[in-house]
Formats: sequence, C-alpha cells, structure tokens
Amino acid sequence: MVVSPTNSAVAEAPTDQFEIAVSTRNISKNYGDVEALRDLTLEFPRGQLNSLLRLSGCGKTTLLKIIAGLLEPTSGEVKVNGQKVTVPGADRAFVFQDFALLPWATVMRNVAFGLEMRGVAKSEREAIAERYIKGVGLAGFKASYPHELSGGMRQRVGLARALSVDAQVLLMDESFSAVDEQTRRKCQEDLLSLVQNENNTFIFVTHSIEEAVCVSDQVAILLLWPSRVSEIIRPISFRNKGVDNIRGDPEYLDIVDEIWASLRMYVE
Amino acid sequence: MKVFGYHLPGMLLLLVWGLLWEIVGQLKLTFLLPPLSEVIVTFFEVIGTPAFQKAFAETAYAFYSGVAFAIIIGIPVAILMGKSRLLDELLLPWVNVVLSAPLTALVPVLMVLFGFGMKSIIITTTLFAIWIIILNSRAGVKQINRSLVEMALSFGASPIDAFFKVYFWAALPGILWGVRIGVIRAVKCVIIGQLLISIVGFGALFELYSANFLMAHFWAVLIVLFALAFSISEFLAYLERRVTYYAAKR
Repeated sequence: MVVSPTNSAVAEAPTDQFEIAVSTRNISKNYGDVEALRDLTLEFPRGQLNSLLRLSGCGKTTLLKIIAGLLEPTSGEVKVNGQKVTVPGADRAFVFQDFALLPWATVMRNVAFGLEMRGVAKSEREAIAERYIKGVGLAGFKASYPHELSGGMRQRVGLARALSVDAQVLLMDESFSAVDEQTRRKCQEDLLSLVQNENNTFIFVTHSIEEAVCVSDQVAILLLWPSRVSEIIRPISFRNKGVDNIRGDPEYLDIVDEIWASLRMYVE
Repeated sequence: MKVFGYHLPGMLLLLVWGLLWEIVGQLKLTFLLPPLSEVIVTFFEVIGTPAFQKAFAETAYAFYSGVAFAIIIGIPVAILMGKSRLLDELLLPWVNVVLSAPLTALVPVLMVLFGFGMKSIIITTTLFAIWIIILNSRAGVKQINRSLVEMALSFGASPIDAFFKVYFWAALPGILWGVRIGVIRAVKCVIIGQLLISIVGFGALFELYSANFLMAHFWAVLIVLFALAFSISEFLAYLERRVTYYAAKR
C-alpha cells in the first residue's frame, strides 16, 4: 500500500508509473461566496477504477461534473488524453445517481440514446445497444419501460447507455447509492469484472469507504469545505484475488479502518 | 360504495338525485323546476330541432377554434417562458394578473372591437383558456428533472434533439394538465360569451327558452352542456393519466 499525504505531493505520487487518462489541474469552483473546490489537482490512470471518496455533503459531485464538461470551473483545467476539455464530449460518458432514464422510452431506446444523439442509424445503434443490454444482464427486458424495472436494473440500463457510446472515460456519480444494500454489492461485483474486461477509465464518486476500497485501484479522499485532496491510497495486494476474497482480505480491512480513522475527526 | 354490505355502483347515487328531482318536480313547487321525466322527453324533442343543431354546431365551432388558438399560442409561449429567464420575468406578472382578472368584463369591449358575432366569442374563449395553459405548461417545463437535462447534454444532444426528444416529453404531463384546466374554463366561457352576446349558439337558445318560460327545454339544453363538458374533461384526464404513467417520477 502506498499513501501519499497531500495534494502538493501529487507530483511524486505513484501515478507516475501509469499512463494518465484524465487529469485535473488546480481546479477551483465557487458558487457565489461558497468555495466548493479549491486548487484541486488529481490524476486518473488509464484503464483503472478511480474513486473519489467524499464526506457527505462535500462539494457534492462538482468535480465529476466539471470533468464531464457540465459545469465550468472557476479556475483550473481538465485534460483528457492530454487535451484540454471544457464541454461534454464523446470521450466521456456519465452514469447518474438517479439513473436519468427517459421514463417514456423502452430500455432499448434508453440504452441507444447516446448513439441516437450522435446520429448513428437506427439498425446499427440497436445492434450495439442490444449487445450492451445483454452485457449488463438485461437481455429479456429490452422492451420494458424504466418504471417496470427495479433500482438495480435501472442503474444497469444507465451503465449500458454509457458503455454503448464507447467512451474511454466513465464518470459514475454515486451510481449505486439509490439501490438497496444487496443490489449494491452485486453492482460492485459487476463493476469489478467490468473494469477487468473493458479498457475504460472509471471515475467513481462515492461516500462509502467500504465501496471505495472494495472496487478501486486508486482512492482519492476529499476533505470538506472547500474540497481538497487529503490523501491518495492505492490498494495493491488484494486487487487480483477475485471478487469473493476482497471483503475478507486483511489489507482491505486495514485500509477501511485507516481511512475511517483519518476521516473521523471531520464527521460530527 | 358499500351499503349494508352490498357493493353498489357509483352511478347509483346519480339515480337517487334524479329521483329527488323527479319528486320535487312532481310536487310543482316552482315552475322553474319541471319533473326530470318531462325534461328527458323534451330533451329528445329538442335535439331533433334545427335550432338546437345550429346552436350546437356554432358552439362547437367557437369552442374548438377558441381552444385551438389557446393551445397553439399558449404552449410555445409557455415553453419560451420556461426556457428564457428574461421572457419569464417580463410576462409572468401579466399572466398572473390576467388569469385572476374578471375577463367577462372585457366581453363588451371585445364586442365593440370585433362585432357581435362568432369572432368575439372565439376571442373570448381563447382569452379564458390561454392563461392557465401558459401557467401550467411553464411549470411543467420548469420542473423537468435536472439530471435529464444534464444527461442529454452529456451525450452531446444538439439543442433541437434535446428539445424534441427530451424536454418536450418531460414537460408533457404539465402541459396536458394545463390544457385540461384551460379546456374546462373554455367550456364555461363559450357559454358565458354566447349569453352575453346572445345572438348565436346556445346563448341564443337559452335566451329564447328563458324568455318564453320553457323551463323543460332550458334544463334539457343545460344537461347537454353539462354532459359535454364532463366528457371532454374526462377524456383529457384519461390522456393525462396515460402520459403521466410513462413520465412518472422514478
């Protein structure tokens, strides 16, 4: 396990050994007088799952939306593959906390929506969507409407929609927080196998310490008001042990304890 | 409804009221209320007459034209208000003022401006219906789920695609709700307008019947109007339920 203490130390952080897919440089964001983010510098290695672990209510999903191009930072810049980005683009796809599915459209049309917006022909986009619907285990539900699905299934529709546009970077905004605990575990396990099989870079916002440590190659801990990086943790030993063994692994438990110990003082 | 453990259909209550009407009518307490049976007989007589059919056609024409104008003008204005802050602040106070103003008072002015005929009635109907359509449709546009908007943006939707494939459908329940209340107001107005102007449609018919104390005729026409207004409103409520079903909050 490698721990690097502050954002000033990011330059010599272990991310050096990886190819960087997304980097944020000195991002600040103010809402009027409220400072949500201050001077936030982070790097997200390619093909890995990067968590942003936050305390409840901290800057919310501001950073993720800035990376997505949905929000403009007050200062600083975001680079995806070395290119500065300011607006939403085909290289990034968003998975929403409340799923953001079109309630009047079938699973098929929802999954194909990103492709539809890019002007892909109907037969082609449905063929692609069909593959991803199958991929997330909803093969029998392509003609269903969102209100007929459970929370976990809806989120898988949202995930399939993001995957089907073939974006290199997937931005997941507390994607599993609106589903029940058991479904959430299943989602986490599915996510782990997804990270292994696909070559996407995931940026995953969560406020669950266990969830962050369980699924991530890199956990960045954000502190409150204004948000800044407190530390970056890269669990190494249990990553390849398989889904079933992670939650019992001593290193996993140590890291969870350690993060909680360092965050405890901020939680009132 | 359940009475003594027996399940009774809801329409039964209507029969009880009808019976009460019949009894009061048979007692001949007042000439204003003839027995229901007499009204029903007159009803079938009246609907065959050319006077009724002409009144019906004229009223339907005024109603549909008025509502059509209200919808065609009202919905785009509402959508623009929902999308543009400037336009919203410019127009909203006026919409609220006119909505609660007694528009009936304007009818004589409209008659002076547009004459004593159909044109005035159509304009009055439009004026009655349009404001509530604007107000509710605007609310529908404003209440679009924020993440649906962000979702459309993040997948690179063009403004036109985002509008026709996301915003419009997301706002549809609010728009239909506005249209329904607008239509109900229009039903009231088309009659009020005709009564005030009183030379066309059911207005002329009411005028004729009440001036000659033909109360059974009067009630027969009134029942037709009630039934029409009710079925139009129920039909729109049905449409609304269907759309809300798909656009329901998760």
